[in-house]
Amino acid sequence: MSERFAELLARGPVAVNVGIRDFAETLRVQGGEVVDVEWTPPAEGDPELLEILDRLL
Amino acid sequence: MAVRCVVRERQYFDSVFLMRVADRIGREPGVGQVAAVMGTAANKELLAEAGFHCPEISGTGPNDLVIGVQGERDAELEALLARLDDWLAPERSAAEASRPRTLDQAVAQLAGANLAVISVPGQHAAREARRALDRGLHVFVFSDNVPLEAEIALKRYAAERGLVVMGPDCGTAIIAGKGLGFANVVRRGPIGVIGASGTGIQEVTTLLDRAGSGISHAIGTGSRDPSDDVGGGTTLAALDALDRDEGTQALVVVSKPPGRRTLALIRDRVARAAKPVVACFLGADVERGGAPWTVVRTLDAAATEALRLVSGGRGEVRKDGERAPQAEDATAPPAAPRRYVRGLFAGGSLCYQAQDIFGGAGIKVRSNAPLEGMLRLEDPRRSEGHTFIDLGADEFTRGRPHPMIDPRLRRERILAEAADPEVAVILLDVILGFGCAPDPGGDLADAIVHARRSGRLDVIASVIGTPADPQGLDRQVRALRDAGATVSGSSAEAARLAAAMVAGA
Amino acid sequence: MSTAVTDIKQRIEAANAEAVGRMISAEPVLVDIAPAGDVVPGLEDRMILHSGPPIAWERMSGAQRGSCIGIVRYEGWASSPSDAEALLASGRIRLEPNHHHRSVGPMAGTISPSLPVFVVEDRTTGQRGHCRVVEPRQQFGDFSDEAIGGLFSWAHVFAPSIREGLRRLGELPLKPLIAKALQMGDELHNRQVAASSLFANALAAPMLEAGVPADRLAPTLRYLAGHEVFFLGLSMAAGKSISLAATDVAYSTVVTTMARNGTEFGIRVAGLGDEWFTAAAPPIEGLMMPGRRPEEAGLDIGDSAITETVGWGAFVLGGAPGILSLVGGTPEGALRISRDMKEITVATHPVYRIPALGFEGAPIGIDIRKVVRTGIVPIIDTAIAHREPGHGLIGAGLVRAPMECFRKALVAFAARHGSS
Repeated sequence: MSERFAELLARGPVAVNVGIRDFAETLRVQGGEVVDVEWTPPAEGDPELLEILDRLL
Repeated sequence: MAVRCVVRERQYFDSVFLMRVADRIGREPGVGQVAAVMGTAANKELLAEAGFHCPEISGTGPNDLVIGVQGERDAELEALLARLDDWLAPERSAAEASRPRTLDQAVAQLAGANLAVISVPGQHAAREARRALDRGLHVFVFSDNVPLEAEIALKRYAAERGLVVMGPDCGTAIIAGKGLGFANVVRRGPIGVIGASGTGIQEVTTLLDRAGSGISHAIGTGSRDPSDDVGGGTTLAALDALDRDEGTQALVVVSKPPGRRTLALIRDRVARAAKPVVACFLGADVERGGAPWTVVRTLDAAATEALRLVSGGRGEVRKDGERAPQAEDATAPPAAPRRYVRGLFAGGSLCYQAQDIFGGAGIKVRSNAPLEGMLRLEDPRRSEGHTFIDLGADEFTRGRPHPMIDPRLRRERILAEAADPEVAVILLDVILGFGCAPDPGGDLADAIVHARRSGRLDVIASVIGTPADPQGLDRQVRALRDAGATVSGSSAEAARLAAAMVAGA
Repeated sequence: MSTAVTDIKQRIEAANAEAVGRMISAEPVLVDIAPAGDVVPGLEDRMILHSGPPIAWERMSGAQRGSCIGIVRYEGWASSPSDAEALLASGRIRLEPNHHHRSVGPMAGTISPSLPVFVVEDRTTGQRGHCRVVEPRQQFGDFSDEAIGGLFSWAHVFAPSIREGLRRLGELPLKPLIAKALQMGDELHNRQVAASSLFANALAAPMLEAGVPADRLAPTLRYLAGHEVFFLGLSMAAGKSISLAATDVAYSTVVTTMARNGTEFGIRVAGLGDEWFTAAAPPIEGLMMPGRRPEEAGLDIGDSAITETVGWGAFVLGGAPGILSLVGGTPEGALRISRDMKEITVATHPVYRIPALGFEGAPIGIDIRKVVRTGIVPIIDTAIAHREPGHGLIGAGLVRAPMECFRKALVAFAARHGSS
């Protein structure tokens, strides 16, 4: 049984949006708190660097 | 070559600012070199070297502004310098308000953050989700194409931390009244919904709203969660949470039939639940197996059963004044050769449910996403016999927007089906809510009018939405009816009506 | 997740916290101004130190070649520019990076034995950094008599006078002065107006009290009063002492050096020892001085990126309204840069704070992992030198560190710290 899940349901989402920008807007118009990330593919999508980053960061 | 200089005594500006001013003036047509400097000895030397031999300059000091321009014609330069105040005015803000570039920075900015909503391309989604979990956030992963192993690892990692992963491939959720992803504006109420299917959750929650009830929370699990590979971790966690949630009186679980082992786990959990549970397993009969739950096979039945549980035995999903459509609504009994139904669905689960209903009526259907026992359509672009197309499937959405957002593909397909002389009924789902097209019913109206005009053919639609949705339930129903469609009270009912119309044809 | 992976991540986090902790707790103090040959370790006769990563005479940029010619003339190793050039080409003058000698220099960065340098000590670790004086000509590649004359004035009039004042004071703690200047609109790289004034104020009375003769005192006071970027030599020496405090922290991915020689841009990393990771020096997005055209501009040059390395310069550009023109003239552009730099750094400085950023601390400790992950490279305020030898300052602008340096460093780090 997760206390943290219960907290999420009680408090409602305070969200970080990563990806489709409309989803942040959706939350905002419903009065939700949200910060929208200006996301770009990490390491410009380079697989070798991504493998390293997964290990080191 | 013309040269003009202007001196402004005792007007001090920073040198870098002045270089910017010079740069802007230099972009004007007919302008050669430009100098904007304070009149220091060193700068005056520079001006002389650069060919600004203006008598005004000689007497200037370090606190005097000197602007010099070289160009083709005196008059142009005069005009430029007459606008000196404009050149010295501050530039308008060009940069947009800055957004954080990483999840880490966003978390640092947002006090009390508890959820990450992730919809980046599938190959990156697990990485972002993992970072969110590391920062103590629950995650809602809308992205699909996340590898199965990544989903399993994420859910295990989350469970160790008491966090929940909704998704991947999670279309919708409603947490404490706030819709995530593609969600409808649904009243709050006593029923908690757990679903592996986004459109399934949308259908159940909107039917409950339209029946005057409402939702405590709707928790999406991701389409693969109930499979034995994943093991139902999110479904089980959601059952725990909603069973304990004070605002929830009854639970609805919506999914395709779970894996055998996962089903056993769900049954065990339901057996211990303090609250009544309705399960809707689309596409197959599932044994109740001794657990005290109600098991149904269609989404409207799930809503009806849930309503019954919270209203002391009286429940009916259609309370918004809509008449249950009857088979007689059809223009005329279909006569051969018009004998086939073509279902064009935006919602994958709704396509699935419709196949199940046809199967129950003994009608074989072809589909690009066939239910077990149904036939796979050879070419998703060409219908054969009774055909139900999931237009949200990969082959249609690769490189183009989902039909919930963009009506073009479905409009074209309606016209194509209408041109087929064997088609008797076109079956549609029209999905409303956040993220969906602003007027999805209206977008299809022309095509429906055209289809109806082209022959003796019926169009049956269901609208998944509520009066409070941005697109307005009533407006959408009206647009469809005005175009000549029959609008059913639920997606299951639309499918049943279509089946009735072609049964025995 | 295997424990090995968690281990290496935790080790890096701990090492970075250590490296940045040392940078944050550094207490830079000006302790001397002395001929480089007396104070710079390893600087020998007939040796010139230059900015950026190691480079041979043949590959040096125009500005750096001009600057070397100038410094040979200044030292009297040759008198005409052509003799100086021939001497340099002969290989009989050793050329080594400042950074290999605990030193830094603006633009071409040339330091030679008789040129007085600032000596700044970090009181917390005892590390000493050195930097040469900032002037608008010889360091840009101008080797004319006037340019050399400027160095002579520094060596024989200004530097000795300031040194006498400093001796009278004992020493000058720079941390409070820097903190104050950051709040007065300096970013300590291109903009030093407040810091230079504060320094002049701090030294005026001590020079008088020390008995600096009038024929040196008045010119020195006038020099300090009129030299708006004087303090760059001190902020760079301070920056070097601060970054030295963070070098050689095993497992740290924090950048301790960013330096350019007009041909290459190079970085070094706390956990990777003395190894340089280089890429071609980038062009500068800049504004030109009157009469100068962008085609004349040389590529990125100078050790002054040491200021960004320790969290000043472009990293706090939002706090320097006077030079917002470098980023299109709007505060949003500058704030955006400061926010971006937060994305790639380990911490923010608790003392160096910026009023315009809501008193947020300066972002400090560039993490190569975060640079590669986000695709955001450090941004550096800089001046522009000519592509050919023989010119002074011709412009100013912003430059983006090449991603290639950070990629190479990350790959080397991963290779060194094994696969799990």
